Amino acid sequence: MSVSVRVPTILRTYTKGQAEVTAEGSTLKEVLADLEANHSGIQARILDDSGRIRRFVNVYVGDEDVRFADGLDTPTPQGVQVSIIPAVAGGC
Amino acid sequence: MALTATESATSVTDSFGSAVALSCRECGARYDLGPVFACIECFGPLEVAYDFGRITRESIARGPNNIWRYKALLPVPADVEDLPNMNPGQTPLVRADRLAAELGLRSLYVKDDSGNPTHSFKDRVVAMAVEAARTFGFTTLSCSSTGNLAGAVGAAAARAGFRSCVFIPAGLEEGKVVMAAVYGGQLVAIDGTYDDVNRFCSELIGDPAGEDWGFVNVNLRPYYAEGSKTLAYEIAEQLGWRVPDQIIIPIASGSQLTKIDKGFQELIKLGLVEDRPYRVFGAQATGCSPVARAWENGHDVIQPVRPDTIAKSLAIGNPADGPYVLDICRRTGGAVEHVSDSEIVDSIRLLARTEGVFAETAGGVTTGVLRKLLADGVLDPEAETVVLNTGDGLKTLNAVSGTGVTATIKPSLGAFKEAGLL
Ligand SMILES: Cc1ncc(COP(=O)(O)O)c(C=O)c1O
Ligand SMILES: [Zn+2]
Repeated sequence: MSVSVRVPTILRTYTKGQAEVTAEGSTLKEVLADLEANHSGIQARILDDSGRIRRFVNVYVGDEDVRFADGLDTPTPQGVQVSIIPAVAGGC
Repeated sequence: MALTATESATSVTDSFGSAVALSCRECGARYDLGPVFACIECFGPLEVAYDFGRITRESIARGPNNIWRYKALLPVPADVEDLPNMNPGQTPLVRADRLAAELGLRSLYVKDDSGNPTHSFKDRVVAMAVEAARTFGFTTLSCSSTGNLAGAVGAAAARAGFRSCVFIPAGLEEGKVVMAAVYGGQLVAIDGTYDDVNRFCSELIGDPAGEDWGFVNVNLRPYYAEGSKTLAYEIAEQLGWRVPDQIIIPIASGSQLTKIDKGFQELIKLGLVEDRPYRVFGAQATGCSPVARAWENGHDVIQPVRPDTIAKSLAIGNPADGPYVLDICRRTGGAVEHVSDSEIVDSIRLLARTEGVFAETAGGVTTGVLRKLLADGVLDPEAETVVLNTGDGLKTLNAVSGTGVTATIKPSLGAFKEAGLL
């Protein structure tokens, strides 16, 4: 399954400045592993030492925050947009 | 060329007063002052680090009657008072004896921030963001907002001469929509929740289209958030340079609570107040209470929720500073509590009836939590307590709809007597 991944500014050093890259995988976990295969080092910025999504990162598959879905096991259907976004506080 | 580089470096530093760097709240990594907000190492939030000189109560007292009296503690230039800004702050700390008596408290104050220029505490944070936006040369001021911030940005942009374009979730209270739109900037409603709006804004900031946009709560956030410290400074100064024993603060993203604690800590370190324990209590609406739930369950991680409450100004289902709220409430011996929509409405009425303060829903949340924590024996009724009202009831009139005239009568004494109102 090929998906497109939107990369936040602070991770673009790993993607040679690209804001959007494609990756393969049928779950978020597989997509991140494929990202890592092509952009070495990027996964450790998104996941902590115990392999969980870092607490100040929000990951969306389509419009869904994966914490409302199955986390790293969230399915990533063909062509879906995956977004990695730093958490932002303040704004009511 | 080297000279030019040095000059510009110096001028940016001057623009930020005693601020010297940005530092990651999670891992401590340090960064130059710039329009960045997340740590490259760990995504943690960046916050302003200072090298404070000597600051005294007297030097503060010589300052103007607004937040700039604390400019030595903020990332702003020394001549900040001369620049066009809304100059918020110095709102009343109301001695709430009648509410205290009704609830059985010895000493209670309401910090009433509805008195700010656009009637919410957001003018404090936006005032800081405006100075940072000027320094970084942004031409558009923007934000994601549940309404109060949108109004504060619209007004501040108008005065300071920025273009503004702000984003809100569709379906906000009319009072907030009108207040955000009247200043003439663009107001864009997004079909989704606040969290969806926030995500959209984060993506815009990462796109070349968003290049010269200053998002007050995204790429200007480290500066912006410092504005909430002024609430801590004002409360302490208004109490005669004392930190209250207990304080109740509303939580949406948790940023305000986190920064009020930072403000108290700074006052203690600088020797401006006595180093005594204080307890911080967080307040949420039951319909959007992810931090209160994590508190109840003893979790460190906050599970996001989909908000459903009349307290729209607190309706952030995915509060980024939530973990810090838990840390602070634990460290200080406080708690995080929530109240239902009907308790919010009752508490808006209670505060209005006893103290003449008309709060928006967020003030109903803090007052409701005050009442609940007292009833549950969590708050100490003997301790000096401050409850925040962060916004104006005129913006959320619907919450108290049904409140109206006592009677309609003919203009005659007879009619008045007949109506039995004497
Ligand atoms: C009236 C009001 N009170 C309190 C808050 C608290 O917000 P936060 O916890 O995001 O700083 C907000 C939103 O920012 C608000 O609009
Ligand atoms: Zn960090």
